[in-house]
Amino acid sequence: MNPDWINALIGGLMIGTASGMLILGNGRIAGVSSILGELIARTKPTDWAERSLFIVGLLAAPLAYYATNTVPEVTVTNSLPLLIAGGLAVGFGARMGSGCTSGHGVCGNARLSKRSIVATLTFLTTGALTVAALNFLA
Amino acid sequence: MRKLTALASGLLFSFGLIISDMVNPARVIAFLDVTGDWDPTLGFVMGGAITAASIAWMIAKPRKSAYFGGAIPPMPSQPVDRKLVSGSAIFGIGWGLVGLCPGPAIVALSFGKWEIAVFIIAMMAGMALYNFGLIKLPYLSRKLTKA
Repeated sequence: MNPDWINALIGGLMIGTASGMLILGNGRIAGVSSILGELIARTKPTDWAERSLFIVGLLAAPLAYYATNTVPEVTVTNSLPLLIAGGLAVGFGARMGSGCTSGHGVCGNARLSKRSIVATLTFLTTGALTVAALNFLA
Repeated sequence: MRKLTALASGLLFSFGLIISDMVNPARVIAFLDVTGDWDPTLGFVMGGAITAASIAWMIAKPRKSAYFGGAIPPMPSQPVDRKLVSGSAIFGIGWGLVGLCPGPAIVALSFGKWEIAVFIIAMMAGMALYNFGLIKLPYLSRKLTKA
């Protein structure tokens, strides 16, 4: 097995290439919160089939991968209030801020969009503060 | 062809998240834990992803339209405003609370853990709350009624 940072770099290049495919092929930003978020809006987007297929791809890859590889150990909190508050904030905040770690963090930053750079610095800061606060309270 | 591209992109995106271990919330929290036992892995993922995506933008620059139709997405015309900053700040708090953001959460659903399912349901509820305008943050409605 490669050291973590090499896997991280390879995985990152795959994520960036996947984003590039969507930009160059379909003229779309690979932002997961927007792709999913516009599927649960008042009006059905005209490209709903493409959006759904991107999500199907996200869901299907692990099933294929873990058919031949061992499922990794994943650690997530089992606190119901934390999971609900976290999910609500992530969903609401990503829609309000027009993007998340993929749309702003990867696609937007890669073209040096001022909005995406500000968004990324903002969520990195509040994310780090939240983790520090949770550690302090624990 | 557009549908196939979307599916292939989703698959590759997902494999990237798996290989880099970003589907593991503990990893993400360890990256955000700058005052504790800091784990830089997420930084390498972001670095790799931004590098590859910036090459795509360079290829896209001289082109007017995408290969399978549609315009190359223009640079956002809106300014940096309070809505962007407030939304991103709220997003970051949720990200720090659990260590999941939309992409990895959807991929991690396959682990069959109830925790991930609860997170996703709450996340979609959060998206719907915003989309349907059920919650309006009072100070924002003054300047930002459009957008």
